[in-house]
Amino acid sequence: MSEKSKFFPVISVLTVIVILWYGFSVVLNSPWAFDQAKRNTISLSFPELVSKTWSQKRPKLPTPHQVASEMWNTTVHQKITSKRSLVYHTWITFSETMFGFLLGTSLGILLAIAIVHNRATAISVMPWIITSQTIPILALAPMIIVALGSAGFSGLLPIAIISMYLSFFPVVVGMVKGLRSPERLELDQMKTWSASGPQVLIKLRLPKSMPFFFTSLKLGMAAALVGAIVGELPSGGGGGLGFRMLSGSTFGNTLHIWSGLFSAALLAAALITFIGILQKVILKKMALEL
Amino acid sequence: MHQPNVIEASNLHLSFETNDGPVNALSDVNLSIKKGDFVSFIGPSGCGKTTLLRVLADLDEPTSGAVTVNGVSPRDARLARAYGYVFQAAGLYPWRNISSNIKLPLEIMGYSKSEQKSRVSKVLELVELLGFEKKFPWQLSGGMQQRASIARALAFDADILLMDEPFGALDEIVRDHLNEQLLKLWKSTNKTICFVTHSIPEAVYLSTKIVVMSPRPGRIIDVIESDLPIDRPLEIRDTKKFIELSQRVREGLRSGHSDE
Ligand SMILES: Nc1ncnc2c1ncn2[C@@H]1O[C@H](COP(=O)(O)OP(=O)(O)OP(=O)(O)O)[C@@H](O)[C@H]1O
Ligand SMILES: [Mg+2]
Repeated sequence: MSEKSKFFPVISVLTVIVILWYGFSVVLNSPWAFDQAKRNTISLSFPELVSKTWSQKRPKLPTPHQVASEMWNTTVHQKITSKRSLVYHTWITFSETMFGFLLGTSLGILLAIAIVHNRATAISVMPWIITSQTIPILALAPMIIVALGSAGFSGLLPIAIISMYLSFFPVVVGMVKGLRSPERLELDQMKTWSASGPQVLIKLRLPKSMPFFFTSLKLGMAAALVGAIVGELPSGGGGGLGFRMLSGSTFGNTLHIWSGLFSAALLAAALITFIGILQKVILKKMALEL
Repeated sequence: MHQPNVIEASNLHLSFETNDGPVNALSDVNLSIKKGDFVSFIGPSGCGKTTLLRVLADLDEPTSGAVTVNGVSPRDARLARAYGYVFQAAGLYPWRNISSNIKLPLEIMGYSKSEQKSRVSKVLELVELLGFEKKFPWQLSGGMQQRASIARALAFDADILLMDEPFGALDEIVRDHLNEQLLKLWKSTNKTICFVTHSIPEAVYLSTKIVVMSPRPGRIIDVIESDLPIDRPLEIRDTKKFIELSQRVREGLRSGHSDE
């Protein structure tokens, strides 16, 4: 679909969501508003009820504009080194994500190369790779944190490991497919030149795998972010968007939860858009667009 | 006058194991090719032309029989880079321009940068593509791409050129032109060329030796030594000799069919 024809469906869905959201804010926040009114022995007209439910300090469901202003305030009106700053937490999650993403991508590429070049590796390693993804990360994350913690590692590294654990998988799968994408003709051609394995890898398999590579990177990046956020939950104290959402949930501060959630979504969108731009530019230059 | 055989095949058999049982792709193939020969392989689809070429190139292994290329096994000949192989599809890399596509085998074979450069311009001149170094494959017509792929096979010093229907996907006018160029190139380089084709005029026009094949099982049914002069303008196709040769090829093809 072209950009233009995508615009209207997206906008109409968005509008419906926002309207529903405001509606639910009224419904979910009204018990507290009625409570307050009763205590002050006043009765509420419908417009009064709506305005009260849309402006509570600790709403069950904050409205979009409350979330937006919370995000604005905690971004612009806080020092970015303060624990109250959303920028501070986003930065922490961002660095964990990038670290985990780099580890996961490297591991994924190395595994894919080993799998493509060696049947024994393919047969012995592939089942473990798949099994690794069937273990719920929520159960695994605390164990990784504890294990690495007792080995003297804390802070960024354990979380990056959890992030890597999720992000290497789409990279392996995509890159195995990509490295196997050269056709028989291309491989035969290499054989007629008596090319070595590493030469075939560098001159044919890797360039040919680029479209798969970028798709894997996008999936890997999204997984790395989820991993970082999940990794922050059992780590405690370290900060980050996951930490902020968890503490928001512990203290019933829904604004923290929602603003953290949206920051995570924006971060994901920004990272994936960035990869998307790289993908467009590089594949176009290589004339590999599909 | 006595020249050594570049390619020698005797009692060659090859059957592919498939799910529907073995397929006899080559059966009792005997062939000798002298240095400097231009040999065409012609026959209906499935008669094993590609398979025979692939055996010579060590891309497929015969089930039984003996083959030598330059007096050694196909594998050793391949490792010694004795031949260039031109596939039906040009197989140029879209991310490399023409010059660096031609450099690809040279890089693999470890030629120096300056050597690569001089060889690229030499072969581009041979296939009349000078000036297109910086163009990318998608900027070239099909015929030009195929010429680039021939240039790539010529760039290293292989004295055997194996060509599997290199012009099969091109229209007749482009084909005529490329045939003329190929003949010129063959004369100026003194390479041994094995050329697969479906076209009788193409086979007769180009070859010093025409190998007629027939399918099920793939075998050679006639080997025709052509006595056309070495200098062949396109008009030679209207001469009596040319037409006689064509008829003999056609008869061979027909007799192969009547066996079925
Ligand atoms: N890798 C393979 N596995 C199984 N059968 C094969 C294989 N390659 C070729 N064959 C079979 O061997 C026979 C000869 O095939 P080959 O490709 O050599 O024919 P050809 O003369 O080149 O035909 P065409 O003119 O269509 O290119 C055919 O019956 C084909 O189906
Ligand atoms: Mg063929």
